[in-house]
Amino acid sequence: MKILVPVKRVIDYNVKIRVAADGSGVETANVKMSMNPFDEIAVEEAVRLKEAGIATEVVVVSAGVAGSVDTLRTAMALGADRAIHVNTDAELQPLAVAKLLQAVAGREQPQLVICGKQAIDDDANQTGQMLAALLGWGQAAFASKVSVADGRASVTREIDGGLETVSVALPAVITTDLRLNEPRFASLPNIMKAKKKPLDTVTPEELGVDVSPRLKTLKVAEPPKRQAGVKVASVAELVAKLRDEAKVLR
Amino acid sequence: MSILVIAEHDNAGLRPATLNTLAAAAKIGGDIIVLVAGSGCAGAAAAAAAVPGVAKVLSADAAHLAHPTAEDLAAVTLAAAVGHSHVLAPAGSFGKNFMPRVAATLDVAQVSDIVEVVSADTFVRPIYAGNALATVQSADPVKVVTVRATAFDPVAATGGSAPVEALAAPAASPLSAFVSQELSTSARPELGNARVVVTGGRALGSAEAYASVLEPLADRLGAALGASRAAVDSGYAPNDSQVGQTGKIVAPDLYIAIGVSGAIQHLAGMKDSKVIVAINKDEEAAIFQVADYGLVGDLFELVPQLVRELG
Ligand SMILES: Cc1cc2nc3c(=O)[nH]c(=O)nc-3n(C[C@H](O)[C@H](O)[C@H](O)COP(=O)(O)OP(=O)(O)OC[C@H]3O[C@@H](n4cnc5c(N)ncnc54)[C@H](O)[C@@H]3O)c2cc1C
Ligand SMILES: Nc1ncnc2c1ncn2[C@@H]1O[C@H](COP(=O)(O)O)[C@@H](O)[C@H]1O
Repeated sequence: MKILVPVKRVIDYNVKIRVAADGSGVETANVKMSMNPFDEIAVEEAVRLKEAGIATEVVVVSAGVAGSVDTLRTAMALGADRAIHVNTDAELQPLAVAKLLQAVAGREQPQLVICGKQAIDDDANQTGQMLAALLGWGQAAFASKVSVADGRASVTREIDGGLETVSVALPAVITTDLRLNEPRFASLPNIMKAKKKPLDTVTPEELGVDVSPRLKTLKVAEPPKRQAGVKVASVAELVAKLRDEAKVLR
Repeated sequence: MSILVIAEHDNAGLRPATLNTLAAAAKIGGDIIVLVAGSGCAGAAAAAAAVPGVAKVLSADAAHLAHPTAEDLAAVTLAAAVGHSHVLAPAGSFGKNFMPRVAATLDVAQVSDIVEVVSADTFVRPIYAGNALATVQSADPVKVVTVRATAFDPVAATGGSAPVEALAAPAASPLSAFVSQELSTSARPELGNARVVVTGGRALGSAEAYASVLEPLADRLGAALGASRAAVDSGYAPNDSQVGQTGKIVAPDLYIAIGVSGAIQHLAGMKDSKVIVAINKDEEAAIFQVADYGLVGDLFELVPQLVRELG
């Protein structure tokens, strides 16, 4: 069984982002970039399925600028076997990414695609579900436990009220939630080895996909700043403030 | 213009987020049609029909929609969506699951998690954990939108009397099937719409301490219990109690963060609360930058004191 894992290069989660002064977006120059954390979890899950003898090959794919190659090398250092870079400088929205992934899946014929549930830059939470729809496949989003057997995946999903388990026929798309696993760190020898693993490059044109954005960003602004309040000296003072000033106690 | 709102419900009635989503629909303007897809969902359909401003309710009542899969919800939504300019659903785990399937099948973008309606085709949505707000305009013929419930005041639940029409649900998809669910049972209010939320962080140190320190306070205040990611990852609190960028978004009247440092991913989920209280022993903790009232000290002393003081 082949597993395809889409990985996105995003601004590192530790970076305090800055909105560009002209309102066009956020500053990305000289900012630390990393693999989207949910995609690290996806790579880890795929590699574990390979280590368990269930998967035979783990292929990672990233769509975006030249720097996405670093993200793909990281994924290979974590255990992916080879990588595909969909090289483009175009702005990519989730529908376009889903179409690119659909085309890649058409070429690669994986039995399973494991996406992150959400990219921490656009916070869209769409791509995996869209991809499943475009492929006509089943989906299991927000996975916190996955087991694969007999042509199906049994997936425990994180939902608002608790947990839900679904059984989905393969091929399918799974998206990862935080508690699915704890990703390993890439060891130095594995980082070296990853440099020699195969990496193919294609373009959206070669895949026959029109990636034109459907949403036009009119403006990106800073959210209103919340004013820091006061420090109170004691529990008694806190309760008095909550009662008399904020009036939130009943 | 006409707007199809997909109700989040428990068959007997509507979930509160549906009323917030209807408020966003009202801001867009146009006829509002509500789809209630479920099994034995007459109660929820009647509740939707009672919401003022709703023009019509479509009730897709079918056994296979008792615990609907994303595939089946997308199919019934697509059947109901024909001819409408907008499709809206709340942006919780319910809406996030199937709405992108709807959008992709229609070959349109989805606008996720809107916090403001600027006009019928233009919306504001947070990006980067709410550290930036993007105003986006959709040129697509159908706008598929998920709505952040906390950003819209709910519409009134009663006073209307819309007609309810049956809608035949497409047959069950063979692609996936519901197996089981484990819902957290608690007598406390739901985190998503509680008036008061008491949240514990890594500092609680154990599931036992999380319960023994926080529960008396939550009991006294009638509060829901929340947690930081660190507290959930460490097993102190259930997964669905995580507040933040990648967990639940809450905006209660009173949010009390206890032993939480205030990472941006956590702030993303609670910084729109009306009043924020932080208790932390580190006076430099980032949580104090958003707190209306900060109390510096050891939570294991201060929280029991607070419970006593509240009486
Ligand atoms: C992809 C991704 C998604 C994430 N999503 C979320 C999310 O949705 N929600 C979320 O919360 N986090 C999220 N995080 C994690 C986030 O970055 C922080 O790691 C997390 O919020 C920290 O939790 P904490 O504040 O409980 O722990 P810590 O940061 O360890 O803070 C503990 C605090 O307790 C204080 N303390 C210790 N002992 C005491 C005491 N006795 N009395 C009083 N105070 C004490 C300390 O001073 C400290 O400030 C995410 C991270 C990533 C990478
Ligand atoms: N440019 C991209 N290249 C590869 N995978 C992506 C890309 N964008 C999104 N994805 C995948 O889709 C998931 C969800 O992203 P989003 O829908 O943007 O929140 C991510 O976690 C990735 O697995």
